[in-house]
Formats: sequence, structure tokens, C-alpha cells
Amino acid sequence: MKYLALITLLISSFVAKAQDLQMAETMRSEGKIYVVIAVLCVILLGLILYLISIDRKVSKLEKEINS
Amino acid sequence: MRNWWKFLAIILLLYTIIGGLLIPVPKQVILYESIRNLYFHVPMWFSMIFLFFMSVVYSFKGLSTNNLSFDTKAKELVNAGIIFGILGTITGSIWAKYTWGAWWVNDVKLNGSAITMLIYLAYIVLRGSLDDEQKKARISGVYNIFAFVLLLVFIGILPRMTDSLHPGNGGNPGFNNYDLDNNMKLVFYPAVIAWILLGWWIASIRIRIANLTQKLEA
Repeated sequence: MKYLALITLLISSFVAKAQDLQMAETMRSEGKIYVVIAVLCVILLGLILYLISIDRKVSKLEKEINS
Repeated sequence: MRNWWKFLAIILLLYTIIGGLLIPVPKQVILYESIRNLYFHVPMWFSMIFLFFMSVVYSFKGLSTNNLSFDTKAKELVNAGIIFGILGTITGSIWAKYTWGAWWVNDVKLNGSAITMLIYLAYIVLRGSLDDEQKKARISGVYNIFAFVLLLVFIGILPRMTDSLHPGNGGNPGFNNYDLDNNMKLVFYPAVIAWILLGWWIASIRIRIANLTQKLEA
């Protein structure tokens, strides 16, 4: 997670170019885009953890039924 | 590590969200920041097409071997694919509202994708209407092949033959034409792989549950 953010920031710093035209000023000038990213990551991780728990439950059932 | 691809899916999905929102994108009027939807809306359709394609592969295998386990796989892949199709339709509709000005326009690409969704819903209805397992596998297997051909026609071919608002169709350039500095490819390709892997993951769980249910019923 930490490394991912780091890698992303590294990549984005490489590819970042001089910005002449400001898009979405309110969103970025406040610097709150990171709040959106945090929220999205929480939702994604929540859903993924849920999927993993379903996956494990099925594995458990497979073991029970196949034995 | 048998499940390495699940970890790859998680990492790529995280990268898609973080990179998709932070990495600079080409500046376009009308689109503005909504161009980032490319990382989320388009992979929904790619995942759907991938799942439907794998479903056809299993239908072929099922028809040539008469093995019912292939039919189960084909069915659950379609079930998972439909979810991605619905998500693709909703996200596309939201995007259309804020760029084209309407939730839905009578465009070949949009209507074609809607027809495709109906064709695959009919696959599920067809399965439900047949009781004999062997017959169900045969008929729905043949229908599945027919359905995938129609998908290619309605989503792939027809929109490219007439005028269309949708990027990449009817002489309308796709996003790869705008993306001169390759920034977006950096996120887009991993995003496509990520969402396809997630779709495969969900489908695989559905297949395992279906197999267990069959075992319990037998």
C-alpha cells in the first residue's frame, strides 16, 4: 500500500509536465483528491476482503463435502 | 502460490485507482477530468467480453465432449459477465450525461450493447426453461455460440460501420488518438488486466459454488 503510493507518485512525477490549463480547480487546489482516493481504496479493499472471505468459505465447504 | 493471480488483481486494482486519479491526463474540452473514466468504464466491457468469450470456449468443449461440468462453467461465466455488462451500461450512462448531455442517446454503440445484454439475459431464461440437464447443456451451448457472434456484430462491427457518438466508432477517434504522451496507457492496460482478473475471480467462485450445489443434490 505504502510502496504502491510511492511508486505511483514516482511515475507521476516522471510523466508530469508543465500544466498550462487548469482542470478541476476546486478539486485539486484544495488538495482533497487524496480524500477521494482514500475513500475509493477503502471501498475496494473492503469488497476485496469480502471476496476473499467468500473464497475461503467455499474452500472450506469443498474440503468438507469432498472428504 | 496457486492464487498468485488474485494478489496480482488486488495490486493492479489499487494501482488503477491511485494511478488513475493522480497521473496527469491529456487536457480535453467537454471531457476534462472525466477522461479518467476510461480506466473504469471501458475495462467493464473488456471484462464482460472476456468472460463471455471464455464461456463460449467452455460451450465448445461441452458440446464436443458431452461433459456437463463444462456447461456449468459456461453458465457461471455468463452470470459474472452480465454483472460487468450492467456496470458498464450504468457507468457509460453517467458519463454520457455529463459529456453528451443525456443519460441515453439512440446511438448504434449504446443500443447494440443493450441488445447484447438482452441476448445474454435470454440465455439465462432459456436455461431456466429446460429441465433435462443434457438437453439444457446442448441447447444453451449452441445458443451461447450464437449469442457471442451477435455480440461481435452488435458491439464490434455495426458501430464501426455507421456514425456514432461513441469514441472509437464510426470515424470517431478512440482515446488512443488523443493520448500522444502515453500517460493513459500506463494506467489503462494494467486496469484492463486488473478488472478482467477480478471478473475471472468472481466467476471462479460462482463455478465452485455451482459444483458444490450439484454434488449436494446428487
